[in-house]
Amino acid sequence: MNIAPGRGGRILLALIPFFLIALVYVVGSAERRAANPDDKLLPPVTEMVETTTTLAFRPDRRSGEIVLWVDTAASLQRLFIGLAIATAIGLALGLAIGLVPFVGATFGSLIAVLSMIPPMAVLPILFIVFGLGELSKVVLIVFGVAPCIVRDLALAVGKLPTEQLVKAQSLGASTWQIAVRVVLPQIMPRLIESVRLMLGPAFLFLISAEAIAADVGLGYRIFLMRRYLAMDVILPYVAWITLLAYLMDYALAHIARRSFPWAYAQDTQR
Amino acid sequence: MSALSVRDVWVEYGDQIVLERINLEIAAGAFLSVVGPSGAGKSTFLRLILGQERPTRGTILIDGAPLPGEPGPDRGVVFQRYSVFPHLTVLGNVLIAYEFEGSAVLARLSGAHRRDAIAKSEGLLEEVGLIAHRDKFPSALSGGMQQRLAIAQALARRPCVLLLDEPFGALDPGTRAQMHALIRPLWREHKMTIVMVTHDLKEAFGLGTRLIALDKPRHDPQAPGRYGAVVTYDLDLTRDGPVPVLGFLKASQQPDQSQGATP
Repeated sequence: MNIAPGRGGRILLALIPFFLIALVYVVGSAERRAANPDDKLLPPVTEMVETTTTLAFRPDRRSGEIVLWVDTAASLQRLFIGLAIATAIGLALGLAIGLVPFVGATFGSLIAVLSMIPPMAVLPILFIVFGLGELSKVVLIVFGVAPCIVRDLALAVGKLPTEQLVKAQSLGASTWQIAVRVVLPQIMPRLIESVRLMLGPAFLFLISAEAIAADVGLGYRIFLMRRYLAMDVILPYVAWITLLAYLMDYALAHIARRSFPWAYAQDTQR
Repeated sequence: MSALSVRDVWVEYGDQIVLERINLEIAAGAFLSVVGPSGAGKSTFLRLILGQERPTRGTILIDGAPLPGEPGPDRGVVFQRYSVFPHLTVLGNVLIAYEFEGSAVLARLSGAHRRDAIAKSEGLLEEVGLIAHRDKFPSALSGGMQQRLAIAQALARRPCVLLLDEPFGALDPGTRAQMHALIRPLWREHKMTIVMVTHDLKEAFGLGTRLIALDKPRHDPQAPGRYGAVVTYDLDLTRDGPVPVLGFLKASQQPDQSQGATP
């Protein structure tokens, strides 16, 4: 408990499990290939690299588009629009619910109930109401993510010491001024953390919606390829999605630390 | 400077009576120390004047007019903790008071107004000795420095009444002595009426011009909440020599005899 690895050791230790998994895969893949040259379940790395290169750099023979980028652009557009709307709703409503008792009394229980509805259960409704296009996918992400952000931020507002709010009032601040100058800046770090935590669910809703009805997108491609047992496409796609999500998470963490140094003052002292 | 009068104030939380029959005339410019055991309603008394709570019965007047029912810029406050905004720098913490005043929607100033506000803020920081730390965040300040910042912040809107809720309770003895040396000149220069709640009797006697003790003189073991605290001692600290006792158990019964002391 008291012995901690240094910086280099930390990176090395973090890489070991990844390396072990890769090793198990390579060995397993070679074993299966040796037993059955037509095995599709664990394609060798060379084959995956080849397929990925084709998908990422060569235009598709029929459509003339580069498949990986078209899929990525379509999916990220849905994800970003959905997350942006969910974040905006979450921030505005969360702040109002947490700060103004009348808003909290009016919408608090509604949000609590809404957040308990499994978003996938309303997907058919969304498809019926909003059609099979982009809108229903974006709405699914918003529906799945926004209530959680609202509740999380309302709790974050509630955790602010009452003394601060009273102090601001004794400096002559109105409720609106307190909202924009005292509460909003202080819940921004929590908002970013909240969005980071919701990246996983957001991707889940995106892939699910794409799997059920779409003609382009990362989730669509994976589920299309499933029919052909094309693990050499599915595995790189899963890795690519994971990488995208990880990079977003990392970028958000970085933005939070750069923009709100006061919120992380304790961490840097440690 | 404002005079406060507290007239026949009761505070009850449901069945529990916290304060009963509080009658006080606090003269303009007084430095009133409020002492008493824990749970005697000292902080409740302060919150009443702050406007954070309202009396169940009775009235509080400020310069003869009824006290507004919510905290406002005429009454500044310094709490024991959490008084400063952690997301603003030292300068920003004082500046925000002027920004609240000058800009209703954005609460941000620009141009000449901003320069003017910065100059005033820097003047206050100078007074409390924090000017060298103007660009630090509160988390980088010691406890004493944070309290000095809270005082500078509370002075920005030129309050008539300054309320201190155990402001130096969390500080070490040395820092506390420095804070005592700081608060008295500020009280004189800014011409405020100060009400300070404290646990430290030395501090209460050393700083105040008047001292009141809140305590529960009656206690019913069957119903602990039945009787609330009253003013048990009311001392004038402005005279030399032995402290005269203005009202030992009398101040609460005969309000017109408890006179406010002026410095």
